[in-house]
Amino acid sequence: MQPYIKHTSIAALMDRSNVDTDQIIPKNFMKKVERTGFGINLFHNWRYLADDITPNPDFELNKPAFQGAKILVAGENFGCGSSREHAPWAIADYGFNAIISTSFADIFYSNCFKNAILPIIVTADELSALMKEIAGNEGVEFTVDLANQKVTTPAGLIINFDVDAFRKESLLDGLDDIAWTLKYVDKITEFEEANKKKLPWLWTNA
Amino acid sequence: MTKTMYEKIWDANLVHEPESGSPLLFVDRHLMHEVTSPQAFEGLRMNKRGVRNVHSILGTIDHCVPTKDRYNIVDAIAKKQVETMTANCDENEINLFGMDSDQNGVIHIIVPEHGFVHPGMVVVCGDSHTATHGAFGALAFGIGTSEVEHVMATQTLQQKKAKTMLVKVEGKLPDYSTAKDIALAIIAVTGTAGGTGFVMEFAGNTITDLSMEARMTLCNMAIEAGARAGLIAPDQVTFDYLKGREFAPKAEHWDDAVTYWKSIASDDGAEFDETITLKAEDIAPQVSWGTSPEQVVSVTSVVPSPSDFENKVKAEACANALKYMGIEAGQKITDINIDIVFVGSCTNGRIEDFRATADIIKGKKVASGVQAIAVPGSFPVKLQAEKEGLDKIFIEAGWEWRDPGCSMCLAMNGDELEDGQRSASTSNRNFEGRQGKGGRTHLVSPAMAGAASIAGHFVDIRDWK
Repeated sequence: MQPYIKHTSIAALMDRSNVDTDQIIPKNFMKKVERTGFGINLFHNWRYLADDITPNPDFELNKPAFQGAKILVAGENFGCGSSREHAPWAIADYGFNAIISTSFADIFYSNCFKNAILPIIVTADELSALMKEIAGNEGVEFTVDLANQKVTTPAGLIINFDVDAFRKESLLDGLDDIAWTLKYVDKITEFEEANKKKLPWLWTNA
Repeated sequence: MTKTMYEKIWDANLVHEPESGSPLLFVDRHLMHEVTSPQAFEGLRMNKRGVRNVHSILGTIDHCVPTKDRYNIVDAIAKKQVETMTANCDENEINLFGMDSDQNGVIHIIVPEHGFVHPGMVVVCGDSHTATHGAFGALAFGIGTSEVEHVMATQTLQQKKAKTMLVKVEGKLPDYSTAKDIALAIIAVTGTAGGTGFVMEFAGNTITDLSMEARMTLCNMAIEAGARAGLIAPDQVTFDYLKGREFAPKAEHWDDAVTYWKSIASDDGAEFDETITLKAEDIAPQVSWGTSPEQVVSVTSVVPSPSDFENKVKAEACANALKYMGIEAGQKITDINIDIVFVGSCTNGRIEDFRATADIIKGKKVASGVQAIAVPGSFPVKLQAEKEGLDKIFIEAGWEWRDPGCSMCLAMNGDELEDGQRSASTSNRNFEGRQGKGGRTHLVSPAMAGAASIAGHFVDIRDWK
């Protein structure tokens, strides 16, 4: 994974709550065996008209001011529903690398970190201030600084956010998760050997 | 110190907790299907890594399988996904109940059928409804494809400890109320985000009175409350269900296994971060009216209005849902007409579910203009139903009796709603477009689905004659 660097980018506003994974990437686009190419179908059912090709002019992300946005600002419980990693794949492939909301569904939240997307949890007041700033100045650029755990805006908002220290380090360094875990392969082997004695039926019977 | 079941399973499976970094949790069982695994195998190949414990994996093909003419997968991309799954399992010698297996079916149906999950295990799958297996007292949860790859390579997951929520249900359920109705009633209380960050444990005499299959239905829906997993303490019902199944402990280990399983239940007085309590008597048959599983009411109610919600976000969500669903605030639930009825899925695709529907539709006819499809969760379920003559009851009532698969639960296999069509569905999600673009889904129990198929609209089955 590429290291996550501080960036200043257009923030797109999606003032909707409970955006579920079926909206992020509808199931008919999950049949590919690759990780790439899902961006074109991000929010497909909202984003295109009935012909499935023409952009829906009423869909917020189709606004000219939001083109090229890397930051998505959305309502609570973003990413609820399925475990499909196709959702963050589509979001990353479209070009977003940060999502700001008051809450995220568990599996989606953890999937984001595997795909160089930073999900940022803010308070309801902070979210509303950010949304207001975008609504009043569409195309405004926010700065996301993971190292200092801070979002800053031209209107002068400075929002500090929490993130798990290990997940932060993984994103900043572009860490290979599996390689990190395999540093502890001796511990895993040790656990397995003990487990074979403790619960032998899990090993002899499968 | 007292511990909850979640804490006991966590402690028993904790491999290592480095000073800096993430705790590593050992994974006992890894379930797999065709949609969320191909990229994980590709990742292993690219990094020249192998599968650490092949015996821990059980695979199936379910999401993309047509339920009519099952080998005729029209979509070339879906066909490739199925072929890729078969090839990946062959290459890695993974036990796959594939297209040609008489044991094939929906992953969360076939895994229990074979006794592959036991109490106390950590179980994962690239599928959020992995929560189903919490019914056995296993910590079972959905993971993304990167984690599927991580588990294959390391047999562990980097995990953060969840908070615990006790959901207590006490008392006797009203006639015809089922585990599905309990699940929906709980979500109506918690909301779809209420369980976020929590593992839920379901307890109380209503829960212990449930059959194993009903417990699976309940735990299956824990994810719809946002919970990472649902858990039910293993008891004699669990042990009786497991005994003699293919991957259950054999005679020489059985007593030791049961002793271990009994030890993992939450201690008396164990502390939970949150507790909610429901009275079973209050749980009437439920019907979802909106586009989120929390938008649900009892069948005796009316469709709510945005003004019924104090919370602004919920009021807005209500307004959007009414528009999408094409229903009016104040409309009686029993006045909502339906076009399609679907009984099946990992939530309600087991033998008891088909018995419940058959019991309602026996000797009656599907309403004019309604299409009703029954999709058994697996070939063993289908076979059992046919042995009991249930298929004839369905067919004589005008239902279609199909082959197993995920079918209309997520509609990526040819079974789907057309734009504007309305379903009574025993599946788990009523999100916009879930059952087809523009499709409108109402979640119900198998008995409620059966009654709706005959009446052409929702009915309170307690008044059903």
